Amino acid sequence: MVPTSFYIFLAALLFTIGAVAVLFRRNTLVIYMAVELMLNAANLAFVAFARQFEALDGQLFVFFVMTVAAAEVAVGLALIVTIFRTKHSVDIDAMRELKG
Amino acid sequence: MGLMTLFIITGAVAVAAALGLLFARNAVYAALFLVLNMFALAVLYLSLGAPFIAMVQITVYAGAIMVLFLFVIMLLGAEQLKEDGGPIAWQRPLALVLGLVLLGELAYFVFAAPAGRARLLPPPEGFGDPHTVGLTLFQQYLLPFEVTSVLLLVAMIGAIVLVRHGKGTAADSAAGSDAE
Repeated sequence: MVPTSFYIFLAALLFTIGAVAVLFRRNTLVIYMAVELMLNAANLAFVAFARQFEALDGQLFVFFVMTVAAAEVAVGLALIVTIFRTKHSVDIDAMRELKG
Repeated sequence: MGLMTLFIITGAVAVAAALGLLFARNAVYAALFLVLNMFALAVLYLSLGAPFIAMVQITVYAGAIMVLFLFVIMLLGAEQLKEDGGPIAWQRPLALVLGLVLLGELAYFVFAAPAGRARLLPPPEGFGDPHTVGLTLFQQYLLPFEVTSVLLLVAMIGAIVLVRHGKGTAADSAAGSDAE
């Protein structure tokens, strides 16, 4: 058997890579994907703990996280498309003014 | 022993794909690396006794959400973006240092906790299959489930309104305000 702490450490590693990618990259879409990676890392921790405590609640939280992520992606990508129309760029530094 | 080998291989694939997302020059490659990462995580979910969640991960995450990402990347032509530092010169070294600090803290808390090293029993019969997940979802989590559907509806309307707004001819926007 694989100890639960190994899974949690893998989740922590993936979360850290996602957080560093958010700080590292300039392309807004890649930053968005890094946020998805962090959500996935949290999901892995949920499933690992659900397995350890033999409780299904962790798996259901993953289900809800996925739906919230889907909603977030839909609205976020619509925002990026709208900003792209005025700025003609997806560079995160192009979006430093509130007024387009 | 077999599970340990599976965990090491799949975990290595997941971490490599995440690093690919971090360093890929092309946004499309980054999206495909993220798809690979999600498939690796789905295999890990299977090994953790969550077959239903693993399949939802593949269909919803790797399927629907990533297709949406790829679609927008190609729609905007945002594959290549020159990434030469930012206005803040020390941002990247600082990001690396902060990431290592975060990883160190997380690793300390994960491995300092004694509970995580316990030997796991085999899961009970039917753990994580669609039947038991569905029963729990519609018995204990019925209200959150319904609220989630409202959330999805709001997100859908929000996305449509955001993308339609201020676009096209006057007739187009008149039709849009009529619909609202």
